[in-house]
Amino acid sequence: MRALQAEGVKTIFGYPGGSIMPTYDALFDYTRGEKKCFDHILVRHEQAAIHAAEGYARVSGEVGVALVTSGPGATNTLTGVADAMLDSTPMVVIAGQVAIGALGTDAFQEVDLVGVAQPISKWSYQIRHAEDIAWAVSRAFYIARSGRPGPVVLDFPRNAQVEEIDWEPKKVDFIRSYVAYPKLNMDAVREAAELINNAKKPLALVGQGVELGNAQEELKAFLEKADIPAGRTMLGLSALPSDHPLNVGMLGMHGNYAVNLKEQECDVLIAIGMRFSDRVTGNTKTYAKQAKIIHLDIDRSEIDKNVKTHVAVVADCKESLPAITSLLNKNNHQEWRNSFKELDEKERVKVIEPAIHPKDGPLLMGEVVNTVAQQAPRGTVLVTDVGQNQLFATRYFTYPEKRSICTSGGLGTMGYGMPAAIGATFATDRTVCCFMGDGGFQMCIEELGTIMEQQAPVKMILMNNHYLGNVRQWQDMFWMRRKSFTKMLNPNYELIAQGYGIGYIAVTDRKDLAAAVEKMLTTKGPFILECAIKEDDDVLPMTPPGMNVDDMVLEI
Amino acid sequence: MKDNTRLYTLLVYSENVAGILNQITAVFTRRQVNIESLNVSASSIEGVHKYTITAWSDADQIEKITRQIEKKIDVIKANYFTDDQLFIRESGLYKLTTDLVINNPDISRTIRRHDASIMEVNPTYVVVMKNGKTEDILNLYYALNEYGCVLQYTRSGRIAVTRSTQEQVSEFLEQREGSKK
Repeated sequence: MRALQAEGVKTIFGYPGGSIMPTYDALFDYTRGEKKCFDHILVRHEQAAIHAAEGYARVSGEVGVALVTSGPGATNTLTGVADAMLDSTPMVVIAGQVAIGALGTDAFQEVDLVGVAQPISKWSYQIRHAEDIAWAVSRAFYIARSGRPGPVVLDFPRNAQVEEIDWEPKKVDFIRSYVAYPKLNMDAVREAAELINNAKKPLALVGQGVELGNAQEELKAFLEKADIPAGRTMLGLSALPSDHPLNVGMLGMHGNYAVNLKEQECDVLIAIGMRFSDRVTGNTKTYAKQAKIIHLDIDRSEIDKNVKTHVAVVADCKESLPAITSLLNKNNHQEWRNSFKELDEKERVKVIEPAIHPKDGPLLMGEVVNTVAQQAPRGTVLVTDVGQNQLFATRYFTYPEKRSICTSGGLGTMGYGMPAAIGATFATDRTVCCFMGDGGFQMCIEELGTIMEQQAPVKMILMNNHYLGNVRQWQDMFWMRRKSFTKMLNPNYELIAQGYGIGYIAVTDRKDLAAAVEKMLTTKGPFILECAIKEDDDVLPMTPPGMNVDDMVLEI
Repeated sequence: MKDNTRLYTLLVYSENVAGILNQITAVFTRRQVNIESLNVSASSIEGVHKYTITAWSDADQIEKITRQIEKKIDVIKANYFTDDQLFIRESGLYKLTTDLVINNPDISRTIRRHDASIMEVNPTYVVVMKNGKTEDILNLYYALNEYGCVLQYTRSGRIAVTRSTQEQVSEFLEQREGSKK
């Protein structure tokens, strides 16, 4: 407890069980009375503990903490560990374990957690004795939050929880084998600046690294000085305010049309804190072959991993961006920037307008997101589940403030939304809107219990089309319309909301949408807004999987 | 196996903590690259372990593997080399039937010609050791096998030192200690 306190932990998401009982017993005192320094949020399933901690971490920028028991408690968190690893989310999971004397005996609720967590965590470690606690916990937090952040798993055998020692605080802020912040190479900085200064058609790709490095202002200065249009990855959506004039939209398979096509036309491509995921690049064999590629990343292993770069600047972008900016000439790329507009207009007419202002037919996801985005207070945090709800929400929401997006980008974890939104409400006083489909809503539906108990003010928008919509869309497009197990028989969500005592309203008719959204946003505490969505609403535009980014289609 | 693959040797230095080997081999497994040989021992630096790993790979793949290994928290340095950049040794042990060795002088001549040494002789078997490169050790095995006298044969993992002047790891560690606040 004192080790967690020393790391500045305020909120713990957890679920008790046999092997972690000594820790929970100690926690009892630290969550009330004069010793109080933590809030403990009791979730309803360990997977939700870690997703909530992820949501908390993403919005607050602090390390998210999950506390669970051994065996199933620990393995239930692993989806979230893998999720946090792919999305670079700083996390510490503390899991109980059987006493070291019983390790390897297949004892009750024993699992080799360090072994199974190793390939999906930044670090995993077993605290075998009490005297290691201070060191291991401090090292865990240092590793989780420094450099490229990630999840750390601490396996905490029962004996180490009960051994009595004289408490000696330890602070780890140096590990000789781990270079968290690589030294900036000034030659690379000069090369990058020269390429950018000579570029006629520069394009920046902004990723979550900018948010993790807290370099949003440095990014703006960089882009504005050289007048570079910038696309943002899904996780980097709030790294550059969406109303910034240099923002040209979202990258990727379902991103914006112009920026996807322009990736194949630009002469210098500057990737900042992004990892060229296949969802961004499409076919890497043809991706941006005409361009000189500059890659700014804190993680050296990302360089040349998916896309070969001409200049790599391996450093924290908080440091590398200003270093490059200082060598840039003030520039104007008005003509190049204007060339996006025609394509933007094409997308607006063909895709956006029909999606957000449909004239007739059942409700569409785009118009629901757009209505919420327009009414939600400035700075609202968007949380999404995974699937069509995520793609529509990320496309049509707006992000004027930094750290405004929580979504499972890399792992694509259905069931992430609701618990992550719970976590987000403990990290901020801003409004938290969570878009989910009927599939993902039911994957962590038990967390309505946590929401009820905590009165966590999550505004849940359930976009119900009675389908696993994204898979259904792919079945229609690529699998000869054979809808194999994507149609769902759903429960009566109103009764479920009633059961948990959570405010609920259903919208089936377009004319009621705006009022319902207003009701949701003005109701204090949690709320479920269920929208009856057109069964075959498709996300567009789309780059079909494995195709080239300029093969993006506006219609099917 | 693809045509542009060749045998690479990785030299990895890590802290002496449990579980690192597992983490290193997992990087290979994930990319479906087989480890050909592996040797782990203490290095010349106290508390630092050295791994010598060989694997068939192409240049692109081995670069990614090396970086992913170096990314592990307790791995200090990982570098990959081709054979011309290294001084390489392996050992082979050959257990032969004493009767056949005594009755066929060609076997002893073969052992001498391959510059191998006899480690032990007793009435039932003879143990021969050969140090050298992979192919030297294999060649002796093939030669002895012709006589049908080999009871057991084993070849060690590769050990290697770089042809460049110094173990860069000590320099790196000095720099790291220097950067400590």
